[in-house]
Amino acid sequence: MPQKKEFWRWKEYNWHDEDIDPHAGEIISAGVDVGSVSSQVVIIVDGKLYAFSSMRTGSDSPDSARNAMSWALENTGLEIDDINFVVGTGYGRVNVPMAHKAITEIACHARGANFMYGPKVRTILDMGGQDCKAIRCDHRGKVTNFLMNDKCAAGTGRGMEVFADLLQVSIEDVGELSFKVDHEPDPVSSTCVVFAKTEAAGLLRQGWNKNLVLAAYSSAMAHRVFTLIERLGVEPEFAITGGIAKNIGVVHRLEDELGMKALSSDIDSQIAGALGAALFAKALYEKKMKKK
Amino acid sequence: MIANYGYMDGSGEYYISIDTDKCIDCSHHGCVDACPVGMFIIEPDDYDDDVALIKQEFRKKVKYECAPCKPVSNRPPLPCIKACTPGAIGHSW
Amino acid sequence: MITAGMDLGAKTIKIVIMKDGQVIARVKKLSGFEQEILAKEVMNEALVQAGIELDQVDKTVATGVGRKTAPFATDIITEVGAAARGAIARNPNLRTVLDIGAEEGRAIIVTPEGRVKDFAINEKCAAGSGTFVEAMARALEITIEDFGPMSLTSDKAVPMNAQCAVFAESEVVSLLHARTPKNDITRAVCDAISSRIVSMARRVSIEPEVILIGGMAYNVGFVASMKRTLTEMVIQVPDNPEFVGAEGAAWIAHDKLGG
Ligand code: SF4
Ligand code: SF4
Repeated sequence: MPQKKEFWRWKEYNWHDEDIDPHAGEIISAGVDVGSVSSQVVIIVDGKLYAFSSMRTGSDSPDSARNAMSWALENTGLEIDDINFVVGTGYGRVNVPMAHKAITEIACHARGANFMYGPKVRTILDMGGQDCKAIRCDHRGKVTNFLMNDKCAAGTGRGMEVFADLLQVSIEDVGELSFKVDHEPDPVSSTCVVFAKTEAAGLLRQGWNKNLVLAAYSSAMAHRVFTLIERLGVEPEFAITGGIAKNIGVVHRLEDELGMKALSSDIDSQIAGALGAALFAKALYEKKMKKK
Repeated sequence: MIANYGYMDGSGEYYISIDTDKCIDCSHHGCVDACPVGMFIIEPDDYDDDVALIKQEFRKKVKYECAPCKPVSNRPPLPCIKACTPGAIGHSW
Repeated sequence: MITAGMDLGAKTIKIVIMKDGQVIARVKKLSGFEQEILAKEVMNEALVQAGIELDQVDKTVATGVGRKTAPFATDIITEVGAAARGAIARNPNLRTVLDIGAEEGRAIIVTPEGRVKDFAINEKCAAGSGTFVEAMARALEITIEDFGPMSLTSDKAVPMNAQCAVFAESEVVSLLHARTPKNDITRAVCDAISSRIVSMARRVSIEPEVILIGGMAYNVGFVASMKRTLTEMVIQVPDNPEFVGAEGAAWIAHDKLGG
């Protein structure tokens, strides 16, 4: 049987900063984020972002971690043994072979977002391929309040993918297409992805075009996520990370509903978790050295 | 930290919230034994404080696991909330 | 006295015509886009089966999600109320009705008079209803008719972790990739849904006798799982389990006319 479903798709890539000589640094630390869909590695040198990689998670967590790590190290002249401390995070965090410690993705995300968006970020929404998290943190990036939803496909990349499938459009185009409509339709009323799909099929039969259906689902999804962060209470400033952060169809509608713009950063929001893990790794290494 | 474990699905919102700052000073961790299905465990969190959390295997089905404690009519006080004297635990449904 | 009960469900339309408390016609059709037109067709078929004309029907009551747009009906009743009334008419000793349809699951405690004492519902999430099994049958590429019998051939309990119909579909696909036999997967699906239904049912105090109705009662695998999960009670599965709601509506019409 062929693999039918491709999950929320990510581009795979690696990057490192040519201007930094890692060997001149004192502490090299790394964060490995093995998510259910994609895995990232971030390497920082004395607290500065030095290198990162992102790739799809394979069927085996340890292998995914190893692959993402070697990819991050590629062409840097660094070896894995040069790294002083590694923290694993994400859904597969306990299966990261090179990690000295595992820390939840919630804590890592908050810490990473604090680095990426600065100390003024208080609310972080992470919308992944298979889950959705809302986190509130203080000015140091310490979590004060969080909630997560990984049970239900509604409000995750997966839910959007079901719709992209149904309408036969590419997942990357969903956001833009959802704005190519002559009016903003009412949101799809069922939250459940399965029932929403039935509802959408009915709308198509009534003569709605694809874009209109996408608009209706995008605003349903935005509303879904809105409800989730409302539970937590949104305190500005606010940032969005994860795969859906790239879907303007959901993001803009969510910003409208919140009456607030999401912060932006030149760092790809997808590495927030791994970055936070690398920052934890640095702090933990310093603590360990002090003890000695 | 207020940790919310559970989920939201088409049928509603099912979160158990734990105010972990209250766990740090708690002397008895009564929740662990009070819950008939053993959902609670005390573990160090990411900031190395010993706090209560809901075990991973229960997080996606709290609505079902808690059902016996939550009859539709004449709901008694929940064992977990009763046992938690510092008042750290809350249920959203 | 002739009464009719219409149950406009999410997946099927059921109509029952009753003469002095005896069912004289029973018709079921898949629901579709034009619910109202379809309901009229089903009614016509039922009238033919009963050998009567529409104006001979003294009263019609509708239930089901589509009840508000039901043609002919002069009264409506909730699914819970209809299931309770229909069940007690089938067997006056019943106290617990488990009604599992395409989009909802319900556990209802009934009084000897057929009134609702207490109830719990699973709704708006496909993981708690018949839709779940349908989605899994699609992922397995088998028909819904084969699903139940196939699951009975398995004696292995394979765990299913996903609690969502969408994620469960991927889980089924990975189980297939891992060469898990299809019959074991069908059983895992039946076990998963019945454990959710039983948890819901435990929110009301289940009393004997217990009856299982609704479309899911046709699924022998699900019935077997239910019996394995709710071990403390004997679960009865009646003939025509999907018609109990429509019968309840016809009974309520009957009651209203003072029958
Ligand atoms: S509401 Fe639908 S999408 Fe959400 S958990 Fe239930 S089945 Fe899955
Ligand atoms: S309500 Fe009952 S089952 Fe649920 S967490 Fe509390 S004690 Fe445990």
